[in-house]
Amino acid sequence: MQVELVSPEAVLFSGECSQVVTRTVDGDIAFLDHHAAFIGALDIGQTQLWASDGIVTLALNRGFVEVSNNVVTILSDAAYAADEIDVAAAQADLEAAQAGVAADVDDDEAKAALAWAQTRIAVAGAA
Amino acid sequence: MASGQERILRRRIRSIDATKKITRAMELIAASRIVRAQARVRAARPYSDKVTAVIANLASAGGEADHPLLREPAEVTKVAYVVIAADRGLCGGYNNNVLRATERAIAADAAAGRDYELVLSGRKALGYFRFRDYRIAAGFEGFSDQPSYSDAQQIAAAATALFENDCQRVMLAYTQFHSMGNQSVAIVPFMPLDTSDISDGDADPDASAGGPDGGYEFEPEPAAILERLLPRYAEARLYSAVLEASASEHAARQRAMKAATDNAEDLKTNLTRVMNRARQDAITTEIMEIVGGAEALSQTAGGEVDLLSDTIEARTANLFRARE
Repeated sequence: MQVELVSPEAVLFSGECSQVVTRTVDGDIAFLDHHAAFIGALDIGQTQLWASDGIVTLALNRGFVEVSNNVVTILSDAAYAADEIDVAAAQADLEAAQAGVAADVDDDEAKAALAWAQTRIAVAGAA
Repeated sequence: MASGQERILRRRIRSIDATKKITRAMELIAASRIVRAQARVRAARPYSDKVTAVIANLASAGGEADHPLLREPAEVTKVAYVVIAADRGLCGGYNNNVLRATERAIAADAAAGRDYELVLSGRKALGYFRFRDYRIAAGFEGFSDQPSYSDAQQIAAAATALFENDCQRVMLAYTQFHSMGNQSVAIVPFMPLDTSDISDGDADPDASAGGPDGGYEFEPEPAAILERLLPRYAEARLYSAVLEASASEHAARQRAMKAATDNAEDLKTNLTRVMNRARQDAITTEIMEIVGGAEALSQTAGGEVDLLSDTIEARTANLFRARE
């Protein structure tokens, strides 16, 4: 199936994939060829694309996915492949976010920042 | 002596020449930036197209929730203007056109009893409205050359805050880029979001390809997705407006600088002509003086013609040597 990963500033990926795994706000979901039409809101998390030349793992900071007619379109404001992630910056964000969550357990923004930092570190570490 | 005037002209020509080099350089820089700005406009299109298509699909699947961003206001008492201008001048009427159009719109609103709020982007816009004592809700600067998506997000956040507070309508004033030679100021409604735009979305081939409407599975339910998607849609629209404005700015600057370069060239030609004439006049006058003097001498001294013509030749030669 055709997969397009689009950010506001550019088309980041466009090509054939055999499988796509991503995370909607309700949980992980995988798409294979000829998946039923689907629209979902994505959570902070990893997205994996089984492209012809290997698995591409990306860190996604929210977004949307639309599947129709064997085309998977992922829209995201922020999507980074492992080699684009600044691990030191992510680590710094992680510590700042941990402090934020420790200070206020109900701070949703800090929780989101924490999840985003963890995701980036996980993606960078897996590569 | 006439050579004083000549020296002044020569200095002016040199300074015009220097200015011409600068305007020429600015023209070339602007020209190369237009191309880049246009590429950015094109690169941003897939995202906004897809977001529009997804919203259209959601709507056709019965997801058209009663979202504040889609609700037409019953009564408008306050309008927010998002004004996109440049950080720098030297771009002809680019800044003034959009700023004046906004000012007129605000005046028209005031006549109709509506209040205003301003969200400004670009140093020139801030300066203009600050000088005229307008109330400015938010100002952004430093990116009109090359706006990024996060810049657009900031502006969108400021506009959304006003819209959620007490403005029933948000207008977007910017310069649309139609082509290299054609840009125009537009003040378009920004919030609430124009739904006619969205239903146009099924012109996108992907939109109807999902099967009969309602054929989509949603996760979470359509209303919740729409809730998240509409702010993105607003950002994407603002981003494309900012990019278009930036392309227009570079085009306006290129045109202004081309005109300046051409003017400098004309001025230089004219001044060179005036200078040459002044020089020629000075030479003619001096020769006339010498000839007149020689004539007078020959009449009083009778026979010493040889000596006299030698003197004239020597002096004329000296004169020309001094000119070179």
